[in-house]
Amino acid sequence: MSLLTVDGLTVRNGTGTALVDDVSFSVAPGDRTGLIGESGSGKSLTALAVLGLLPPGLTASGSILLDGADMIRAPRGHGQVAAIVFQEPLTALDPLMTAGRQIAAPIRRFRGLRGAALRSAVAEALAEVHLTDADRIARSYPHQLSGGQRQRVAIAMAIACRPKLLIADEPTTALDVTVQAEILDLLDRIVTTRGTALLFITHDLPVAAKVVRDTHVMRHGRIVESGPILDLVSHPQHEYTRTLVDSARRFDAALKRTGRDS
Amino acid sequence: MSRRRSLHLAAGLLLVAVVVGGVLLSYLWLPFAPDDTSGGRLAPPGGDHLLGTDKLGRDLFTQLLIGGRIAIGTALGAVTVGGVLGVSFGLVAGFATRWLDDAAAVLLDILIAFPTLLLAMLIVAGAGASLATAVIAIGLAMAAVVARLTRVLVKQILARDYITAARVAGISWPRIVVSHVLPNIAPTVSVNLALQAGLAVLAEASLSYLGLGTPPPNASWGRMLYEAQATVLVAPVAALAPGIALVALVIGVNLTADGLRDFTDPRRSR
Repeated sequence: MSLLTVDGLTVRNGTGTALVDDVSFSVAPGDRTGLIGESGSGKSLTALAVLGLLPPGLTASGSILLDGADMIRAPRGHGQVAAIVFQEPLTALDPLMTAGRQIAAPIRRFRGLRGAALRSAVAEALAEVHLTDADRIARSYPHQLSGGQRQRVAIAMAIACRPKLLIADEPTTALDVTVQAEILDLLDRIVTTRGTALLFITHDLPVAAKVVRDTHVMRHGRIVESGPILDLVSHPQHEYTRTLVDSARRFDAALKRTGRDS
Repeated sequence: MSRRRSLHLAAGLLLVAVVVGGVLLSYLWLPFAPDDTSGGRLAPPGGDHLLGTDKLGRDLFTQLLIGGRIAIGTALGAVTVGGVLGVSFGLVAGFATRWLDDAAAVLLDILIAFPTLLLAMLIVAGAGASLATAVIAIGLAMAAVVARLTRVLVKQILARDYITAARVAGISWPRIVVSHVLPNIAPTVSVNLALQAGLAVLAEASLSYLGLGTPPPNASWGRMLYEAQATVLVAPVAALAPGIALVALVIGVNLTADGLRDFTDPRRSR
């Protein structure tokens, strides 16, 4: 029994254009699945549809079963089932709310904690994402934190209610490279130790290869190729996947050349 | 916070404080009764009458203090009406989608297309000239501007990821509005309301000048200007005094609004 089953998902805008077209995939409990594709390929919309949170004006058809709940016809409270980490940690956190209060909100809602118990749960969540100096961070506003710290706070918020599925929508794209590696490590560790399923969305093949086992390549709203990521990288079948792999290789090569020159 | 801005705030608050101080004083003590004409007509400034008397012999300084009550009252009243109506309607319009959203936007644009004064004159013409009608009319015109601003701000905030995150976390809409939406629109809306307060004072003065605002015998700065018009060459102070008072209050309110902008920005003040 899989945790998430998406079958024939189609998302249309007001004029009837299909932005996501007949997408099907599933995620088993504890599994790590990637959605790879360029901007506008429909991967983020797929994620929002899975959470039942499509922007107004978009309609979904097909079926999405998330832990037994039909997320298209009867979206129900998520939180304990699924949570999401966004690309840009600055807009993912309310600028007028301290990090501690933002992490506390879902904990209060789902675990019913108050007062000292709530505070220690927040501290625990911060420790889990390896933020030392938890007291200071909890009292800080987003603009007082670095990009990496903000993303850790966002992750702490997402995992605070022990979701069964964690959706990470380009979680490292807005961060610089050293921080990227740390965040990937962190996600990897959390998913492993908790047995959380991960739906990892990215345009970056090498990044996906670090955390994901099975992956689906999306283009123009369709899944063009699926399979274990290592196979995809070594034997890409679809022409678009090949382009992705090649450009990643060329980028790597270019990096090495500049490394030798300097 | 920049020094220039804090200077604005200090100067603005000082000007507003002088006017408000005068108003508070008028409730405790007035140099003459408002209808006391014992000073003789058009007495020059100085002596018993600090600013002289008007053409009916009433003390000008007394009139000026009482006129301040109306100016401040209008500002507070219109901001209350405009703020409450504007923010409520703006919130609803901000959440509306599809045709309801379009309808709200068009309605607001039509309301804003009416010049404030014209809208106020229409309402006053229908309901009769009184201070209350003037305040409600100015407040309604203000509400349209505030609602449009609120609508756009709410839409911006709703598109942010932290709203999606809050919904994923199962936080209810009313709670999201109270804890995320309102705090994030408050700085911009309150600065705008402060600016609108200055415009409201001017609008009331214009209405009173045209005879559509405060009816006589209550002194309003706009009416004082109108009454001083005929004798402006003989008694210029009668026109200058309410004019300067108006300018001082409006500039004071605007400078305060300008300074407030920095105060409400968390990136600068904390």
